[in-house]
Formats: sequence, structure tokens, C-alpha cells
Amino acid sequence: MEVAGEVLASESQLHVLAVDDSHVDRKVIEKLLKISSCKVTTVESGARALQFLGLDEEKGSLGFNGLKVNLIITDYSMPGMTGYELLKKIKRSSTFREIPVVIMSSENILTRIDSCLEEGAEEFLVKPVKLSDVKRVMNDCIMRGETEGNKRRRVDKRKFEDDNHASSSSSSSSSSIPSSPSSPLPSSPSTAATSSPLHSLKRAKLRDHN
Amino acid sequence: MDVVNQLQRQFIDYSASLHREGFLDDQFTQLQKLQDDNSPDFVVEVASLFFEDCEKLINNMARALEQQQGVDFRQVDASVHQLKGSSSSIGAMRVKDVCVAFRSFCEAQNREGCLRCLQQVTHEYSLLKNKLQTLFRQQILAAGGSIPVVE
Repeated sequence: MEVAGEVLASESQLHVLAVDDSHVDRKVIEKLLKISSCKVTTVESGARALQFLGLDEEKGSLGFNGLKVNLIITDYSMPGMTGYELLKKIKRSSTFREIPVVIMSSENILTRIDSCLEEGAEEFLVKPVKLSDVKRVMNDCIMRGETEGNKRRRVDKRKFEDDNHASSSSSSSSSSIPSSPSSPLPSSPSTAATSSPLHSLKRAKLRDHN
Repeated sequence: MDVVNQLQRQFIDYSASLHREGFLDDQFTQLQKLQDDNSPDFVVEVASLFFEDCEKLINNMARALEQQQGVDFRQVDASVHQLKGSSSSIGAMRVKDVCVAFRSFCEAQNREGCLRCLQQVTHEYSLLKNKLQTLFRQQILAAGGSIPVVE
């Protein structure tokens, strides 16, 4: 929905930061995200991802091209900093912990999936990642943004727009409302660290898919 | 017009045979579907990156396996793991299958087994490279064949 897109990003498209040490995988994930109407920045390591976010220097949440990051999608197995370590750093940062993080891995290991979800990952995708996976993640991200207190902001913004007869066209995800089992989110407030209702929903969904 | 059909037929048949013989799996088809007007060379570009990766990783494996002082199997395994990942992402099924076997030998710290796998993976990679180059050539011909031939 176009309004959700506006609330989540400074422009109408979601900006995704993709992290993967494999050049082939970076190219593929970039294409999948672009087809899903996202702005994409790809980096080859966790360290680069943190640099882009400005996390090492605590400069705030703007990347060096000034665009806010709406989602981080990262490979699990990377030399240096693993995707899991990157996830932890992001979730332990007061500035960035609200950014949803998705983990990708070629290995479908239940303990690995569990640890990632426990640390606050939104989803765990098994590689090779398909377009349907990416579309589902983007939809879930928008839905999540909706139910986590953005509704009030959205109403205010819509009111503002009605007053000004503004109607911005949006190129944000044109996928229809998802019918995936992970939505809708429960209305109970989630804890800062783990979003536990979402966690158990996700885990259940992953198990079903196995 | 008949020439066009022939070229297109040839491309389709060749593509089907590559799938049938296990060189390519469904992931390759998925990548072909992602190609569009914004990225008309997407598949060729991904394939080029894949072949660059193959060469680099195969060299790494060979160097690691040559070490006289003792092979660092974890290093070999790290390269095989990366190659397995890339081949899976592009749909290079036979290359990926060799990598699976290769990893078992790494885990068992079996140098002979590793060397055999290295040979096999090198072989599969060059086979695939030739076949994909043929496929891409045929694709160009099949597309370019829409210009009518003046007799």
C-alpha cells in the first residue's frame, strides 16, 4: 500500500541493504529486490554493512548516500563477521534495532534458524532464494511496519494529504496483500529484543515448510 | 521465417537437453525469468560472475591441497562451500553435486578423495562453461533471426 511505503521510507520505495560475500549471490538478490520494487544497496561483508549504516561511528541511521535503510537481508556464512554476528550488532544498537533483518543460508539447520529468530531476525530464507521468498518478505515488512504503531502516523499523514489534495504515485511493491500464514501480527506489544509472538509464528511457518 | 523457427527450436531443444542431462536445474530457469528489458544480459552476467568464481575457488582448492606440510582441510572446505553456494544460486546442478561429495572428503580429511573431486569439479565447470556459451550463442541467433532473409 502506497501510504505504508511513505511512512517507512523517505521515498516511496523501500531501501534494502543486502549483505553477501558471494558476487553471484549479490547480483541475484539485487535483481530479486529490484523486481520487487526496492531500492538496493549491496555490500560484501558485515563490516561494510556497519560502515554503510554508520554504526561504527555512531553517526546516525543514514547511509552515506543519505537514504534510510528499511530492511537488511544478509547471508549467514561469511568470512570475518557472520550474518548472525551482524544481526546481533544491529539488534543491540539503539539506533538500528528497529530495522528488520532477514537471514539467508544455504544450510537448513534448525538450531541455526532458532538462534537467528531468537536474536530478532524477521525471517530465515533457505538459499537459493526465490522471487516468491523476496516478495513475501517485503510484504511482511510492510505489514509489520503497519502494526507497530505506524497506524497513527499514517492516519495523520493521510489527513495531511487529504487537506492538500496530494496524491503521490508510488512504485512500491505492487504485490497484493499477502495471504501467507504469518500475517496478521497479534496486537499485543512485542518486546524490544525478540518480538516473541512473531518469532513463534515464523518458527511454526518454517517448520511447516520443512 | 522457417530459419527463425529452426533457430528457436534449436535453442529450446538445447536448453531442454541441458536440463535433462542435469547440467542445469530449476534455479537456472528462475534466473531466466528474472531477465527483463531493464537487464537484458542478466543471465549472461550472472554466468560470467559464476565462472570467475569457479576459477578463483578451484585455484584456491588446488593450492591448499598441494601443501606439502599438511593440507588445511578447513581452508579447502571453505572454498568448496563457497563454490557449492554459487553453483546452487545459478542452477549448476552437476557442479553443485560434486561439491557435496567434495565436502565429505574434506570432513574426512581424505586428500586423495579431495584431489579426485577437484579434478571432477574442474571437468564439470569446463563442460558447463562450453555448454552455456553455446546456449547463449544460440539464444542470440534465435533472437536475431527475426530479421527476414532476402533470397
